[in-house]
Amino acid sequence: MAVVGEAAGLAGLHVRPALRDRLDLPRRVVFLAAASMVAIVFVLLGFIAWQGVQLFVQNGYPIGSVISTTWSPQDAPISFGVLPFVAGTIGVTGVAVLISAPLSIGLALFLSEVAPRWARAVVQPALEIFVGIPSVVWGWLGLTILVPFLRTNLNGLGFTLGFSWFAGSLVLSIMILPTITTITYDAFRAVPQDLRTGSLALGTTRWQTIRHILLPAARAGTLTAIVLGLTRAAGEALAVQMVIGNRPTMPTSLTQPMTTLTSQITLDMGNTVFGAPDNNVLWTMGLILLAISMIAVLLIRKLNRSGGRR
Amino acid sequence: MNTGDEMTTTTRAQDPIEASIDPSPATLPPRIVPVGPGRTADDARTGSPDVAGVAAMPKVAAEAVSITYGTKLAVRDVSLEVPERSILALIGPSGSGKSTFLRCFNRMNDLIPGARVTGQVRLDGIGLMDPDVSVVELRRRVGMVFQRPNPFPMSIYDNVAYGPRRRGASDRAQLDELVERSLTRAALWTEVKDDLRRKSGLALSGGQQQRLCIARVLATEPEVILMDEPASALDPISTLRVEELMRELRELYTIIIVTHNMQQAARVSDRTAFFNMGEDRAGYLVELDDTRTLFTNPKNQLTEDYVSGRFG
Amino acid sequence: MSAPSQARGALRGTSGRTIVADRAATVVLWALGGFVLLLLGAIILHFVIASIGVVSPSFIFGDPSDTELGGVGPLLWNSVYMLVLAMLIAVPLGILAGIYMSEYAGDNRVTDTIRFAEEAISSVPSIVVGLFGLIAFVNLTHWGFTALGGALALTLFNLPLMARLSEQALRAVPADERSASLALGATKWQTIRHVVLPLAIPGIVTGIILTAGRVFGEAAALLFTAGLSTPTGYNFGNLNIFDPKSPWSPFRPATTLSVYIWKTNSEGLSQFAAQIGDGASALLLGSVLIFNLGARFLGRILTRRLTAA
Ligand SMILES: Nc1ncnc2c1ncn2[C@@H]1O[C@H](COP(=O)(O)OP(=O)(O)OP(=O)(O)O)[C@@H](O)[C@H]1O
Ligand SMILES: [Mg+2]
Repeated sequence: MAVVGEAAGLAGLHVRPALRDRLDLPRRVVFLAAASMVAIVFVLLGFIAWQGVQLFVQNGYPIGSVISTTWSPQDAPISFGVLPFVAGTIGVTGVAVLISAPLSIGLALFLSEVAPRWARAVVQPALEIFVGIPSVVWGWLGLTILVPFLRTNLNGLGFTLGFSWFAGSLVLSIMILPTITTITYDAFRAVPQDLRTGSLALGTTRWQTIRHILLPAARAGTLTAIVLGLTRAAGEALAVQMVIGNRPTMPTSLTQPMTTLTSQITLDMGNTVFGAPDNNVLWTMGLILLAISMIAVLLIRKLNRSGGRR
Repeated sequence: MNTGDEMTTTTRAQDPIEASIDPSPATLPPRIVPVGPGRTADDARTGSPDVAGVAAMPKVAAEAVSITYGTKLAVRDVSLEVPERSILALIGPSGSGKSTFLRCFNRMNDLIPGARVTGQVRLDGIGLMDPDVSVVELRRRVGMVFQRPNPFPMSIYDNVAYGPRRRGASDRAQLDELVERSLTRAALWTEVKDDLRRKSGLALSGGQQQRLCIARVLATEPEVILMDEPASALDPISTLRVEELMRELRELYTIIIVTHNMQQAARVSDRTAFFNMGEDRAGYLVELDDTRTLFTNPKNQLTEDYVSGRFG
Repeated sequence: MSAPSQARGALRGTSGRTIVADRAATVVLWALGGFVLLLLGAIILHFVIASIGVVSPSFIFGDPSDTELGGVGPLLWNSVYMLVLAMLIAVPLGILAGIYMSEYAGDNRVTDTIRFAEEAISSVPSIVVGLFGLIAFVNLTHWGFTALGGALALTLFNLPLMARLSEQALRAVPADERSASLALGATKWQTIRHVVLPLAIPGIVTGIILTAGRVFGEAAALLFTAGLSTPTGYNFGNLNIFDPKSPWSPFRPATTLSVYIWKTNSEGLSQFAAQIGDGASALLLGSVLIFNLGARFLGRILTRRLTAA
């Protein structure tokens, strides 16, 4: 009897799994959904890269021709120098981060180290709303509030400011503030409480603990946040375009109009003929933008790894 | 173990029951303590000479201390005194409020949201609960070693120099000397002296980390050291080293140590306080006495049950 | 042995450089918190004031006009239409991808690659997504500017977000729930389908609403995919979805409210550009607030209902 029962049990376990189970269709479906993102990346990179080199392939311009500071797409001598746009993107982004990073890190410190529960319960939702405000709305605010404000109120300082590098950076700095703040905040929260109590118990002030324990311990996270802020700022199109003045020359001064890669693409894509050199150069700019964001992704991965190892 | 000779330097015969029902010490002026512990050492360091040569002021004292978390009473009405350069052990079952009580001597309870301390705690007679007391300065004088070693993620040297640096010490030679002295006193110097600056504090073993934390506290030159189960996360050998260390430190510092290990309390402390949880689950001081007396001849039945392992 | 000079301050008293620095830092940090609240308050107040006399039923539902204030009705419709269209694609795909990442993905190269792709797409600037859409959904397909093209572009850059939020929601389901179901002999997929997924619904719904808010406000990715024409005279009675004139058709240009704000500004055709921009921005901001509060509210309700049940 026992033998039979055992044999039956074993047989039950050894039965060939049903076809349905062997195929495991759900697994395949969810895998495809996830893998579709890989496909998207490849197709996107491929298409943008392909169109981005057409200026050189299809229109026969030498690659060196875009490495110039002269932008003259219509008037002879025609020149498609993209350096003003690249420099503009770097400039407007850099200044935006210079403004935003200290504010954001301070805000993250406030939320994680200083704010009582009620204050956090008010400020955090406010930041979430900031994240959700569309970039055209930021651009619109910049255009109708910030630029007129700068123009009328800062004239006493001896220069005119209106549509300018500074205005662009200011708008961007507010837009990336929640991004940098949230990620830095998470980094601060990840620092073990033990380290704080350890430092405070040695008779240091909260600020000393922040400066000498917290900030170094959260360095990787803070850098990640800043790189993400930079990426987001570099890729932002409409808000910047609306306040920056769009002057296609090398940026000279914070008070002067300037331009960026995104602004130029936004403005000219609709006004040029697909395939023409002055259109293809816009795709080259798009390719540069894409390259910047890919480099940022790699950088962030690296930062996270080094942060995780410690 | 304490020799009889050492024992004479510490308190005897202060009835713990009496201590806990001490009428209203909080209202006393700081320097006059009626029932002072007998004490020998003069002390230029703290500037607290014996009053009229009759009684010395205790180094630290708790006067009718009660502590609540929100609405929960965790410590009820504890009064006790610790003479200078002695070790007081706090023992008692889990949840009897030992850690909570310990934290009121350097006001670490301030950092816990919802924690509220009533009564008075004194260091050299100064009321630590007074609003004008600088907690930062207090914590420099009353150092703390935690249950779990918590070295900072920086080099061994920087760990030890952390406190002094935050107080403005920057002279390289002096810092070097202080770091060496603190590590030596914490019995860690020989093990780490070769890669002080290269090795992270986190790269040490658990026992070494704890001694590093002790060195870190010593480097800030405290007068009192609080230890909350400093050896509970350590292996037996590291534990012995830390205990040895405590006995050496006793020559220079006033130490209060929480421990679950009664042999440890018996080995290192001069006096022992037994905490228990009341009906209302609030911790209170049952008995405080010479360590030897408390373990061999306790006055209270609860203490006897606890030290003989009948509950806890 | 001489001790280094460690300043020993008085136990009483609250002066000293470090204490002052600490106080100052505390004040500054509080000020930053206040700044954020003030800024948000000011922005909301500004739009409330600016929309007085502009935002009215005729503005919300009316057709745009060159000669008078007009309305943004068709644009608002397009925003909603595109939102639904984009979410119809992104939500199921995102949830499925999230299920893979949370329940199936092992610690291997494949997972790593997918994770990398997820991060990469999220960081592609939306204007570049628009460029890609221009090639893929406008030129190659010969569709021209269409709502569907725009929705596909939006899907693209929302898919990673949706996938990540779903993954997070699924991961938050306690392991106990899974093992309990598996121990009862349920297959992995049955466990996911009947145990894990239902428990993750509140998180997923919150994710959907947050994603939706992003889609609703997006403009840069739509400039070159859904087009910049100004629509008027929608006939909602025309239900033929293959008729490019029908507002229900995915194969027609569909300028959204956000795109319209940009267009109004950059083309400056209407003398009412300022009012239109203010009104439309106020509507957008209002929707953001609604999406945000909605996510919170719904998340809370669903959590309560699920944990109570
Ligand atoms: N941060 C806190 N918040 C709320 N209650 C707390 C907190 N810390 C401790 N308690 C409560 O206070 C009481 C005393 O805790 P405490 O940690 O002081 O006990 P203990 O004697 O040190 O115990 P153990 O021996 O386990 O360390 C316990 O009931 C505990 O739950
Ligand atoms: Mg404890």
